Amino acid sequence: MAEGGPAAPGPSAGRGSRALGNRGVLVSSASTVLFFAMIAVVVALAPGSGVVAERFFDPSHLWQSLVGSEGLPSVLGAFWLNVQIFMFSEVFILILALVIAVVRGIPGPVFFPFRLVAVAYTDLFRGVPLILVLYMIGFGVPGLDLGFISYLPDVAYGVISLVLVYSAYVAEVYRAGIESVHESQNVAARSLGLTRWQSLRFVVLPQAIRRVIPPLLNDFIGLQKDTALVSVLGSIEAARAAQIYGASEFNYASYVVAALLFVLITIPLARFTDRLIARDKRRREAGALA
Amino acid sequence: MNEHPALLLEGVYKSFGENEVLKGIDLMVEPHEVVCLIGASGSGKSTLLKCVNLVEPIDSGRVVVEGEEITAQSVDANRIRRRIGIVYQSFNLFPHMTVLRNVTLAPREALGTNRAEAEKNAGDLLERFGLLDKRDEYPDRLSGGQQQRVAIVRALAMRPHLMLLDEVTSALDPELVAEILAVIRELAREGMTMLIATHEMGFARDIADRICFLEAGRILEQGPPESIFTAPEHPRTRQFLGRIIEAGRL
Repeated sequence: MAEGGPAAPGPSAGRGSRALGNRGVLVSSASTVLFFAMIAVVVALAPGSGVVAERFFDPSHLWQSLVGSEGLPSVLGAFWLNVQIFMFSEVFILILALVIAVVRGIPGPVFFPFRLVAVAYTDLFRGVPLILVLYMIGFGVPGLDLGFISYLPDVAYGVISLVLVYSAYVAEVYRAGIESVHESQNVAARSLGLTRWQSLRFVVLPQAIRRVIPPLLNDFIGLQKDTALVSVLGSIEAARAAQIYGASEFNYASYVVAALLFVLITIPLARFTDRLIARDKRRREAGALA
Repeated sequence: MNEHPALLLEGVYKSFGENEVLKGIDLMVEPHEVVCLIGASGSGKSTLLKCVNLVEPIDSGRVVVEGEEITAQSVDANRIRRRIGIVYQSFNLFPHMTVLRNVTLAPREALGTNRAEAEKNAGDLLERFGLLDKRDEYPDRLSGGQQQRVAIVRALAMRPHLMLLDEVTSALDPELVAEILAVIRELAREGMTMLIATHEMGFARDIADRICFLEAGRILEQGPPESIFTAPEHPRTRQFLGRIIEAGRL
């Protein structure tokens, strides 16, 4: 370990033990241990700690709720539905949001009504709480008696609601990305004889999307969690399965299990996002040097 | 090829809000002619070039390219833009594409050239300008001079009939200016029609068939370089050139 020398600007600079130095590692380990020890002491000393340990952390209940038992859904099995909802919604959100963002940016008076719709859409669905959208879509659309559209499985209305709400957010993320691409790029493309659409497709959007990948992933971390709200329409996903277990066994270990499952799939995405942000930062710094 | 002028501007006006930048520009460029626009910053040189291919829409007047009026409502401006190559001060390469892709994008998408042919043409051009070994690099790995040469190659790949150069050396370190000027001289030798906005007076004097002096949105004086630089008629031109000489730039 180079002591006293100038910090080497390597990929791991600013991260991990190399940047901290030996003394730093010692201090950070000690403070971490102390911090968690204090929390543990406070929790253990609480008057109800015994009850909580039994209700939330009983190993056999943790295991039972994870794998399921006779007549009770498995939280892990139900969690697969969350993953499916997430993956389906994500694909549709990425497409719908891009369409909205692009429509919002089309210039010219002829396209005014389209722009108006795009603006109204984002305003509306960013404003209404997801749970209300779920109720309105989930109970309203079947009520319309509109052929197959009104007879989809419950979970489909959940996916539709998530797509409607999240597309409004993601469209704004895209739009910020599109606006961050300097107009000179568009001018250069148009000067070469490319049409407006070709310029958007080959020059502006690829740069815009690259820049917004970290905030997009951030929104998807939120989406992963919000798949739990689909349960209000009757789908048995992880949170609902945990609730069913808790209600029949009078034990809440199932909630802990469900929470851990959500955290487990969120962490990789969160770390991946951090990685991309760090990479972008390095690139920008390298670009500034050049 | 045809007897039309390569470019004809008639009474071109352009304002940005209150600010009137072009106040009635009349200009004709003959095929194979090299015309240099000189004048102080803000005199309208860059705006004039941007108006030629209608990247900046004009307020009134006519722009005619090889006999076709690009300002006419019925004309597809994209089609005419493809005949006009334009290179900007700040290169404006596409940073997410390799050099090769930068050069082949417009031929492939706007002209429909197939990939193999577009890449062969690009390769030939890159080789001519000493950039063949950079074909797979991204723009941010290149020096300013190399980036500007790529920008010139990118414009040439569309086989333009007319090149517009907008202060293409202004963003470069002094030692890189020469390599770009050499490229432009080479183009002039081959008979490329060019309209060049520049601050490099020595270069303009050397390369131009005609010099236009712009002042406050008007062409105040034009003529062959020797008469403009040695015997300018207009007092403003004399004043401008006097300052340039004082600054040691001529």
